[in-house]
Amino acid sequence: MAQAVSQNDHGHHDHGHHDPQELKMLGFWIFLITDVVLFGTLFATYVVLHNNTAGGPSAHEVFEMPGVIAETFILLTSSFTSGLAVLAMNKGNVKQLIAWLIVTFILGAAFIGLEVQEFVHLVHEGFNFGTSAFSTSFFTLVGTHGLHVSMGLGWMILLIIQLSRRGINDVTRGKVNVISLYWHFLDAVWIFLLSVVYLMGVM
Amino acid sequence: MADHSNHAHGHNEAHAHGSVKSYVIGFVLSIILTIIPLVVVLNHMLSEIPTILVIMITAVLQFAVQLFFFMHVRERQGNQPRWNVMALIFGLAIVLVVVSGSVWIMAYNGVGY
Repeated sequence: MAQAVSQNDHGHHDHGHHDPQELKMLGFWIFLITDVVLFGTLFATYVVLHNNTAGGPSAHEVFEMPGVIAETFILLTSSFTSGLAVLAMNKGNVKQLIAWLIVTFILGAAFIGLEVQEFVHLVHEGFNFGTSAFSTSFFTLVGTHGLHVSMGLGWMILLIIQLSRRGINDVTRGKVNVISLYWHFLDAVWIFLLSVVYLMGVM
Repeated sequence: MADHSNHAHGHNEAHAHGSVKSYVIGFVLSIILTIIPLVVVLNHMLSEIPTILVIMITAVLQFAVQLFFFMHVRERQGNQPRWNVMALIFGLAIVLVVVSGSVWIMAYNGVGY
């Protein structure tokens, strides 16, 4: 449908400003919406099952807030720095762009490090994937988010390499815009993880 | 449908979401909106229902901050229809139906609980 509209517009005036890049952004946005639905179903599962502990530990017995709070602020800051990367790109400053992407990557890696540490700790406490319906839905929900962040990290490395080789052009500009959108989205999902899983778990 | 001033505006938008100020405001707002529920929950300041309300309201507000200050949901697409906003509303409607429907059904399901 967007395609049809863009064709229409094209006929109106010569500067077809509905360029492929803009369509790619829209396409990526629609992917993010499907991810919203994916996380929505996982949240629904968690909310329904979080009291079914099958004699295992319950939420306020296993969650340790200091680590979770650190993860939250690290991811929040990385969302901000990925925005600063886009700003540096709009100014045409490749070095600054790569620097902010590296900062974002380090923060993202720290987040994943803390999350893995938390999971390892939980498993050692006897709270693993198969302990209860609660633990399964917890690991699936939080793990899916962690997987998204990890994929974003790999993607960011590839993008940093491409940027250092080719600089800022139409292709890399589109990719930086898309990855920053992805990163902000993951931060938004984490806000709901913090709220629904951790804060409501320990209150 | 599209005149020239509108077209020029479309190009200026690249600068519109190129402002450090909007990112800093968004960052500060999201930190504040994170600290509020943390303080309320960790100090047990409110009883159960108000606490849940505070958590959910600050989460939704922070989602809005991410959308408007970081993801620039209002700015894309020039003078095109806002397909991204429509897709988002559609997705959120599905999430609302799935989550509230699941909770509602399972709350009255004598077998599952």
